[in-house]
Amino acid sequence: MSTATGPGALGATPSTSLLEPVLAVENLTVDFPTPDGVVRAVRGVSYQLGGGEVLGIVGESGSGKSVTSMAVMGLLPRTARVSGSVRFRGRELIGLNDKQMTEVRGQKIAMIFQDPMTSLNPVYKIGYQLAEAVLAHRRISRAEAQKRAVELLDLVGIPFPQRRIDQYPHEFSGGMRQRVVIAIAMANDPDVIIADEPTTALDVTVQAQVLEALRAAQAETGAATVLITHDLGVIAGQADRVLVMYAGKPVEIGSVDDIYYAPRMPYTLGLLGSLPRLDVRKQERLTPIQGAPPSLVNLPPGCPFTPRCPMAQDRCETAEPELRSVGSATHLAACHYSDQLADREKAAEVFAHSAADSRLPTEFGAEPPPETLGAPAEVLAEDNVIDGAQGEGPRQGEGGVR
Amino acid sequence: MITAAALAGNGARAPGEPILSVRDLVKEFPIISSGIFRRRIGTVHAVSGVSFDLRAGETLGLVGESGCGKTTTSRAVLHLQPATSGRVLYEGRDVTAMRKGELRTLRRDMQLVFQDPYASLNPRITVSEIIAEPLRIHGLFQKNGAAAVADLMSRVGLNPEHGNRFPHEFSGGQRQRIGIARALALRPRVLVLDEPVSALDVSIQAGVINLLEDLQDELGLAYLFVAHDLSVVRHIADRVAVMYLGKIVEVGPADELFERPLHPYTQALISAIPIPNPRRERERTRIIVEGDVPSPADPPSGCRFRTRCPKFTTLTPADAQRCIDEEPPLDDRGLGAAHPAACHYAGGVDVL
Repeated sequence: MSTATGPGALGATPSTSLLEPVLAVENLTVDFPTPDGVVRAVRGVSYQLGGGEVLGIVGESGSGKSVTSMAVMGLLPRTARVSGSVRFRGRELIGLNDKQMTEVRGQKIAMIFQDPMTSLNPVYKIGYQLAEAVLAHRRISRAEAQKRAVELLDLVGIPFPQRRIDQYPHEFSGGMRQRVVIAIAMANDPDVIIADEPTTALDVTVQAQVLEALRAAQAETGAATVLITHDLGVIAGQADRVLVMYAGKPVEIGSVDDIYYAPRMPYTLGLLGSLPRLDVRKQERLTPIQGAPPSLVNLPPGCPFTPRCPMAQDRCETAEPELRSVGSATHLAACHYSDQLADREKAAEVFAHSAADSRLPTEFGAEPPPETLGAPAEVLAEDNVIDGAQGEGPRQGEGGVR
Repeated sequence: MITAAALAGNGARAPGEPILSVRDLVKEFPIISSGIFRRRIGTVHAVSGVSFDLRAGETLGLVGESGCGKTTTSRAVLHLQPATSGRVLYEGRDVTAMRKGELRTLRRDMQLVFQDPYASLNPRITVSEIIAEPLRIHGLFQKNGAAAVADLMSRVGLNPEHGNRFPHEFSGGQRQRIGIARALALRPRVLVLDEPVSALDVSIQAGVINLLEDLQDELGLAYLFVAHDLSVVRHIADRVAVMYLGKIVEVGPADELFERPLHPYTQALISAIPIPNPRRERERTRIIVEGDVPSPADPPSGCRFRTRCPKFTTLTPADAQRCIDEEPPLDDRGLGAAHPAACHYAGGVDVL
């Protein structure tokens, strides 16, 4: 704690903090031992987050994007095995005890969860919950904390904050609750805000309000942001850099323009080609990616995207490609044949537009281990384990935000 | 063996003629007090006077945010929830006045595909049985029934050899295909699709959208496509109807509606959707709508959108009074009869 700078000072000096990363994640892995075998939810994630930067993490359900962030916050259940390194301004966070971690959470790194209903306590007034977040890290009077609570509500665009602080969460709509959660996250001027699918449960007009509030929070605190979402539209407008995850590993990382206009990993290309477009007349046929993501239990060797990849060769089945630079030093992709994508810009040239989906998930490696065959919901086993790990424990308390 | 012509149903009409007409559809739900005397203390106006036409072979997208009444409309159209008032005409016959036997025959022509592919399939019976069920219920499962089921499976892009498997062995996208095969079994002419792809990941969703497009081309189906995702609707729909608080505020051909939306709500809705194109996204300005949707138990007077309308705040007090007193009808507002909007001060804006 001795090297840590006080809150507020950090946001004011973005130029120096751009040089050294605020948050450095290196070779992070998370395993969940289950009766069916070890679920390797995260299999080596590395990224660096500069001051004031917005990093978008995209991926489909079960790709490990949420688990990665829970590991950074130290919010995973005790059964999870976490290894690798997470450094906040040079200080290692993996291995800290709960008390030490509490100092970091909320004050240095704050988190915004997907479901605002479960991250607010229904039996306390909004003002109390905001003041609680402020008081957790600062020695000020309760009256001052209440005053700060009103300021915070005003910042995230909630009308009549004076009156609103005396209300309970059930008197707020979904979008307003999420803005309260954002206000709590920014209460202590954090250096990093991790937002895990902050707008997924919301309608589009409300999503626009919440994204506006998130932008206000970033401007006010100068915090660097990790924005986790499956919505490539949200990422396009919000992020500076994008990390694409597949089967627990980053498969491509680069600037937003690199990822959207020059993707070098077939999965990224396929994902973009499968999006229906709001802004295009006479649209081309969509290019779905065949099959389903693999099970993270007993993952076969080689590139996990191989069974769904139209460019796959023999080599892909034996050797898993590492992230390496393609084009520029900041644009990395994990594909043996990423060079072949350099001049094939359209997904339609790589992926078939077939409307069929005739192979079972088991044929794409999403196979439950043999001993569980016959048990119900086996295909879903992998999702259940990961979602369960997120849902239990950490989600119930809003400890991460405080 | 089911051929495309046979699946297209009996007596196919020329495209352009409405196969389904909905007129002044109203659906209200009572609010009942708790306690011993369970009195009616209020009414939820879920759908308040909705009219639209669905032509043979076309896709009409019905869009809006949660609670706007789009799902209730689709259920009332199928008479799964009887409408409070209004008429639903299928080929000129009023669905709301039909007797049980007539409704049963109607179900062969109009089928529903549900949102959640995990909840809408019986986990205890095989996929073949799921698809064969409607045939059995209607007494159409004869000697060639098994072949018909296999044919339906390959038609929706599944491998017929997997017919003896159970739903849990399939991915979400494949389950939705099973639901579509089941809906097609009776050779309907109208499919009501209630958020058919919103539970799926994008890469899977694309395959199901392609399938729906193919089936429409092959079988000449008409789709009532209920969704909240406007990108999907723009891709698949020929015409789009936008709902807000139980009313249609704007209808129009898809390209026209997205490129020149007339109603302030449609404009805000389209402008709120992020586009997966960073350069374009950086240049866009958002119309932020304040607040939340009012309660359908107590909708505002006059124009229902006025409490949140960005245009309303810029009007002179006299002009604004008109929005409060007078409900704007869904009328031609300068872009022709095919593109009406329910706003006194409608004007086209490019928000993409």
